[in-house]
Amino acid sequence: MNLTLKVWRQSGPQDKGRMVTYRVEDISPDMSFLEMLDVLNERLILEGDDPIAFDHDCREGICGMCGMVINGVAHGEQRATTTCQLHMRHFEDGAEITIEPWRAAPFPVVKDLVVDRSSFDRIIQAGGFVSVPAGSAPDAHSVPVRKEDADSAFDAATCIGCGACVAACPNGSASLFTAAKITHLSLLPQGQPERLNRAKAMVDQMDSEGFGGCTNTGECTAVCPKGIPLDTIAQMNADYLKANSK
Amino acid sequence: MAVTGAVMVLFLVAHMAGNLKIFLGKDSFNEYAHALRTLFEPLLPYRTALTILEIVLVVSVLAHMWAAISLARRAGHARPVKYVAKKSQANGYATHIMRFGGLTIALFVVWHLLDLTFGVVNPKGFDSAPADRMVAGFDPSRWWVTLIYIVAVVMVGLHLRHGIWSAVQTLGWANRARYKALKGTAALVSVVLVIGFLAPPLAITFGVVK
Ligand code: HEM
Ligand code: SF4
Ligand code: FES
Repeated sequence: MNLTLKVWRQSGPQDKGRMVTYRVEDISPDMSFLEMLDVLNERLILEGDDPIAFDHDCREGICGMCGMVINGVAHGEQRATTTCQLHMRHFEDGAEITIEPWRAAPFPVVKDLVVDRSSFDRIIQAGGFVSVPAGSAPDAHSVPVRKEDADSAFDAATCIGCGACVAACPNGSASLFTAAKITHLSLLPQGQPERLNRAKAMVDQMDSEGFGGCTNTGECTAVCPKGIPLDTIAQMNADYLKANSK
Repeated sequence: MAVTGAVMVLFLVAHMAGNLKIFLGKDSFNEYAHALRTLFEPLLPYRTALTILEIVLVVSVLAHMWAAISLARRAGHARPVKYVAKKSQANGYATHIMRFGGLTIALFVVWHLLDLTFGVVNPKGFDSAPADRMVAGFDPSRWWVTLIYIVAVVMVGLHLRHGIWSAVQTLGWANRARYKALKGTAALVSVVLVIGFLAPPLAITFGVVK
């Protein structure tokens, strides 16, 4: 396959940045999107240019490091797929592809397509501790959990913290991420003691990081590689309102 | 957003029901307008209950606009650099419908009050019976007024189609099992309001009600 790429290049946080056009040739449809960029980068290095910086780690869709806005869609148009798991067979030969970093003030660009997502870490830290007895493993079934709650909690817990939800949101809101983190604990018995304090602390941290407010457009769920459902946000809102009316 | 929006939705339902009284005749409509002013009399003096309701409504409108403006400003600050390419995958356009639609509705409300409440831009003026203002306002020769109302009311319908279910989600009452019913209800309420509000002006413009 031969492709035309329009890629955001920015040498550092202070640089203004711009879109640069590259041609890539002889790409196999079986390559992943990141492998396609590897091919381009090898050529750039040989030509003495700066390779395009992008985040990645596991390349199997579980770590949450990778992520770029491909043709205007976070992680590309393939649903429930991280950028590393997106394959070139989903593109047409000769296609033109625009590639941009996540755009949000709390995700400043470090270089090219790499953004700093420490704001997510601070939201997690604001959640604090969970009172579970450490030490020997508890007996199975010693704490009963309803099947539906276990399922919903597990759905929420699959969030890999990639930040696509923020990138896709017209308001630049981090509600889906924060709600996923709040919900996976608030539905389980182990999460109850600190439940409301945790919700309040995490939502307040999210707001103070400079993310926008949620207006329920659903853009986040649509691009989320883990399909985190929108009702986690309702759950978060319910806990937050309860915490504030205590 | 959610609470003030809900106050306005309740108001709209009552307002629509009141407007439909014009189909029962001008007298019925004027009696209703009079009844509003004498609500809870003699418990409360003339026009007290109505004035309280009006204050609640004005406070709701202002608080709603204030919340909308802060949401829009936060969204602007959260994305200082725009995307070169951006493709919506869900209801992202709802933010435009809500923000620009809301602004259109606000402008319309000003015109609407000048027309049918204060009579400034109404042929009958202020010192007239409410039903006369209404019938004169939508006279066939003033078809363009009816047109403005149609555009504005449809805007309100679009605003509420997103707004109603969104408010339930904001208050934390929504869940997976309810989404379908919730969005269906929001759409139904919006359609009923649009039809209910447009029936009187259209009936007058087309000469069904004189
Ligand atoms: C005065 C002019 C108005 C403006 C400027 C305005 C603006 C807005 C905006 C910007 C939003 C948030 C949008 C979003 O979710 O993206 C909103 C939500 C909403 N609006 Fe309005 N609006 C107006 C009038 C009304 C009226 C007349 C009603 C009801 C009859 C109404 C009911 C609602 C409801 C229920 C919501 C949803 C609240 C939520 O998401 O929590 N609005 N409005
Ligand atoms: S909610 Fe989905 S899109 Fe957002 S950070 Fe988690 S996995 Fe990524
Ligand atoms: S590199 Fe780990 S999820 Fe893509």
